[in-house]
Amino acid sequence: MTMLDTADLKGSADRVMARKRLVSFGLPALVLAYLIYVFFAFGVPELIQKASSANARALVADTYSHKVHVTRDNRSGDVRVAIEGENKGAYPDGEAPDWVALGDETVIDLGGGHIITYLPENNGVTYDVPGYGLMTFEVSRSQGVIQSYPTEELPDWISASKNRVAVTTDAGRLSVTRNRTEVFRYFVGWELFFFTLDSPYHGLGLGEVVSRAFSGEAGAMAHDFWNNAMWRHGDVAWAIFETILMAFLGTMGAAILALPLAFLAARNFAPLVAVRMATRRLFDFIRGVDALIWTIILSRAFGLGPLTGALAILITDTGTFGKLFSEALENVDKKQIEGLQSTGAKPLQRYRFGVIPQITPVLISQILYFLESNTRSATVIGAITGGGIGLLLTQAIITQKDWEEVSYYIMLIIVMVVFMDWLSGLLRRKLIKGDDSGH
Amino acid sequence: MAETTAGARDLGGIHDEYMTLTRQKRLYSLVLLMIFIALMVAGFSVAGGRNAGSFWGGIDNFFDYPSELVIEASGKLAEFPAHFVTFFPALIETVNIAAAATLLGALAAIFLSLLSTRGMARFPMLIPVFRRIMDFARAIPEIVVALVLIFILGGGPVPAMIAIAIHTAGALGKLFSEVNENADLKPVDGLASVGATWGQRMFLGVVPQVAPNWLSYALLRFEINVRASAILGFVGAGGLGYELKNAISWGQGRYDEAAAIFLLLFLTIVVIDQTSSHYRDHLTHGSKSERR
Repeated sequence: MTMLDTADLKGSADRVMARKRLVSFGLPALVLAYLIYVFFAFGVPELIQKASSANARALVADTYSHKVHVTRDNRSGDVRVAIEGENKGAYPDGEAPDWVALGDETVIDLGGGHIITYLPENNGVTYDVPGYGLMTFEVSRSQGVIQSYPTEELPDWISASKNRVAVTTDAGRLSVTRNRTEVFRYFVGWELFFFTLDSPYHGLGLGEVVSRAFSGEAGAMAHDFWNNAMWRHGDVAWAIFETILMAFLGTMGAAILALPLAFLAARNFAPLVAVRMATRRLFDFIRGVDALIWTIILSRAFGLGPLTGALAILITDTGTFGKLFSEALENVDKKQIEGLQSTGAKPLQRYRFGVIPQITPVLISQILYFLESNTRSATVIGAITGGGIGLLLTQAIITQKDWEEVSYYIMLIIVMVVFMDWLSGLLRRKLIKGDDSGH
Repeated sequence: MAETTAGARDLGGIHDEYMTLTRQKRLYSLVLLMIFIALMVAGFSVAGGRNAGSFWGGIDNFFDYPSELVIEASGKLAEFPAHFVTFFPALIETVNIAAAATLLGALAAIFLSLLSTRGMARFPMLIPVFRRIMDFARAIPEIVVALVLIFILGGGPVPAMIAIAIHTAGALGKLFSEVNENADLKPVDGLASVGATWGQRMFLGVVPQVAPNWLSYALLRFEINVRASAILGFVGAGGLGYELKNAISWGQGRYDEAAAIFLLLFLTIVVIDQTSSHYRDHLTHGSKSERR
């Protein structure tokens, strides 16, 4: 009898264990199978081949360095020195940094013994690479780039064809085409971050800048910094402000709209089932339509800009807040309301003193959490509606050359989000005392 | 007795004091409310000033686009099934991006959260390091990673997937480690006493306790990620968002396609929301109060 029972028990235990084993091996196997499917469905193998390592290198290099272009127009013979090759970073005519000697013959010292010389006749260029020798190029209208090298076999850092030569060394890069000859020299750091070349404060040491600031030039200095054409600090500050503004207006507006609606959706406050159901379906609908579709519809009506972004956040979050607030309202304690009622409080007073104090901690904690997360959403929505730092970021990425600006914006966005995270945590702790969990 | 009369006099004093305090408090909250209202009004007017169209100019047109869309689409209802078939692969891609990102992000979050919970961490010295990694992953907006990866890898679903997965790892890691902190450490100690390795202790001692809550959070994240994946598609990462961008840029005459995509996106989000909230209720034993 007992023998039979134990055998039965063992049998059922074995079955349970077998099922558990199946689950513990089957679930990871399913996940793995799905990931393998996605791997091929997304075309990862082709993607790896297509991936541009040159783009990645340019991006990484640009984040911590900048380059100075020394360009000769091979038609007119003019030589121009410009930071990042941009007009706003160009040196005035006849001026150059000390490693470029302008003249009939322009001599460019890339450092480490690398000397490039622009010769006056035939648009010639010579490049003396230590340990390799002297290369000579001439540009001719009919024959393209005429090239002579010290060795028969070309090393792999020279890429040459009939009309184009590119020489990339550790010291810099030389490219010669029919139209122009160009030298890039790389420097560590972000150039012109504080003052552009046309500002009198460019190139001054920190000590002198500080002493001049104290002798009454602080205003002019702030003006030059704020209107820096290369980094546009003024515009960037505005953009960050706009992004935070979108998040603030959207979150707070949504909370203000959602609170009265939440009463209509809460089981213990809405007298009519029909009203309750209608409000709930409204919340579901608003949340289902999603921020993306709201953004598109709103930008059709209001045009591009931060107001559109704020309204998109406002509408989407009204749905979410409505749902969360009505859940909070359904959890309130009835006793406090009854207590107020017994003192003869009118309905509005009952809500104000019996209900609101109970849900305030939940309300504040949700609002602050959404304020932080909406700062991130506002960055994305800004990229679509054309406002804030999201727009600047997408613009900088689309040009595909201002990577130092891209990395600058990315850093600012991260600092902004971390700051909002910190601020909302701080406010939560200050406003909701005694609630350790903060949620 | 003398004490009672003194008490009555005191009571009057206390009453006055209480009233002044209340008045002060009321004034204080009134000032705060005024500041808040002023901030909102000023904020809306600044935002409105920098907008292409004004609020009052646009509010009348609010329903123009949706109604145009509906009118034109309702004339071409017969073409809708064909559109649904056309855009179904894009829909699958959007859902796949979200699902794969949630899976990868959740896997990373499991390790990050176990490594950053006191009592469970493999390297207790490194707990702050793993916490900062999670904070950082949470702070980076998805669009930043997506746009940079699109530049390096080219357009397509993978940049969006990686971007969402990174953010998911940070967000879920924080929630998972909160769950872990509530787990009972006795099974872990018991397993340690019989010589279990760290992996065995976690897999056999912690995971069975926390798996339902982990799964519930991961499902909630999946809902969020479907939306994120649609938005990132709009910025160039493929899927339904990308098709939507093309469809609306064709403008009038092709509104039926845009309407079909709107509808698909709406239905997808609603279905996923409902399904996931059903299972989440199930996982937390139908107790709504737990989520607060």
